[in-house]
Amino acid sequence: MHPAPSVIVFTTLSGLGFGLMFFLGLGLPDVSGWVAFVFFAVAYALAVGGLLASTFHLGHPERALKAFTQWKTSWLSREGWCAVLALMVTGLYAIGVIFLGQRWAGLGLLGSLLSLATVFTTSMIYTQLKTIPRWNMKLTPAMFLSFSLAGGALLAGQTTLAIPLLLIAALVQILYWRQGDQAFANAGTTLATATGLGDRGTVRAFEPPHTGTNYLLREFVHVVGRKHAEKLRVISFGLAFVLPVLLLVLPFNHLFAALAVLSHLAGVAVSRWLFFAQAEHVVGLYYGKR
Amino acid sequence: MTQLPQSTERKMGLVIDLDTCVGCHACVISCKGWNTENYGAPLSDQDAYGANPSGTFLNRVHSYEVQPAEGAAQLIHFPKSCLHCEDAPCVTVCPTGASYKRVEDGIVLVNESDCIGCGLCAWACPYGARELDAAAGVMKKCTLCVDRIYNDNLPEEDRVPACVRTCPAGARHFGDLGDPDSAVSQLVAERGGMDLMPELGTKPVNKYLPPRPKDTIEDQIDILAPLLAPVAEEPKGFLGWLDKALEKL
Repeated sequence: MHPAPSVIVFTTLSGLGFGLMFFLGLGLPDVSGWVAFVFFAVAYALAVGGLLASTFHLGHPERALKAFTQWKTSWLSREGWCAVLALMVTGLYAIGVIFLGQRWAGLGLLGSLLSLATVFTTSMIYTQLKTIPRWNMKLTPAMFLSFSLAGGALLAGQTTLAIPLLLIAALVQILYWRQGDQAFANAGTTLATATGLGDRGTVRAFEPPHTGTNYLLREFVHVVGRKHAEKLRVISFGLAFVLPVLLLVLPFNHLFAALAVLSHLAGVAVSRWLFFAQAEHVVGLYYGKR
Repeated sequence: MTQLPQSTERKMGLVIDLDTCVGCHACVISCKGWNTENYGAPLSDQDAYGANPSGTFLNRVHSYEVQPAEGAAQLIHFPKSCLHCEDAPCVTVCPTGASYKRVEDGIVLVNESDCIGCGLCAWACPYGARELDAAAGVMKKCTLCVDRIYNDNLPEEDRVPACVRTCPAGARHFGDLGDPDSAVSQLVAERGGMDLMPELGTKPVNKYLPPRPKDTIEDQIDILAPLLAPVAEEPKGFLGWLDKALEKL
């Protein structure tokens, strides 16, 4: 799949922002006034910034409101609803915490759950696609949720929670990569089933429909950069998990905490790039490509 | 709404004969022509006369080589367009309701004024049947020439999809695949029509007829072959002398 910057920025930043919102809704950290304002501002900047970035890849962003209509079948529509509800509920809760010195715990909990639901619905947009076996796995929502919770705990300054959550996310990441590498073969879709000609011999793509490229090849057959995938996995894993955990284990220091957040953010962004770049769409088979 | 209908009254679709298709791409051109000049946003081209041309097509013809365990390889031309699936994954993922499957005839369509161009339906389609038009920013797909097949202003023989009307080899057939007595259904039954990627559960309406087995070449091509043995031999007599004399010159 084409790793469009808009979707990488969107899933990375929004995941982190809604993760932070989850902990703020639970009263972690227990802050009020201006300190709370800064925490909520960061969460909103990340979550809303990511959502705005996601509209950049639309052909007609001015019609984006129509996307709220099909929540009965479409995960993309459900994501829109969850995001708006999470932002509204958490916003009311934030007003109480920041300006009124009130902690409406029920409202906060609802905001937390909606924040997680937003991340889950985002992950389901990818997970539902049978055409992309590497995404069509239960580990995909597990990865999005575990990354969001680990990043959120890190940003919320919850050191004791962040270390185990980072370790869980790291484990999920390794499992995702291991299972993902087998997914296409396990799905059983080949050029033989794609053409229905497999029972009469070995099928080989002889001529593509056109000499030039097209939308399908640009969008679904992204092979450039896959050759560095192994190196990028190591870089991503080191930045997202290893370095932040090491920095958290050291005696607490604001500079280290900030470094841990930035390192985690960069690592997750690289992981997301790989999430798209390594994903292979079955339509590539028709072109003799992956 | 992007909920799929439980069932459709008819299942209009195409039957494509891989035995007959000669790979001329006439269906590709007639499709592009009709769907650029008629319903919806035109199928645009980018850099059409430059070094790197690319454009939107609703129908593309691939060519595959099939090498059996024994014998000669076979070249098979393979037209591919929307299969108007019964369980169309492209419809249910649409967040705006722009994509829908019609109850009356099962045709999968895009309402272009509702399309936000998110591309998710193209991601969900395993067949590459949907292409986001780079100029219009909306999703384009085969309409089964919905503006031809019910069009009373056209002569009756033209009320079929443009690709079917134009095919010089008769490799494309159009009809109701939900009616077991229709000509296309009988063709599918007789020739063993098949689904593409059946494992994905999309239940395509369009069917592909597999190529018929080719004749096998025996050791002796023809009983007259021995009589056709080459007769050129060393020239004798005057011609032999002339040949030698000319060689020496």
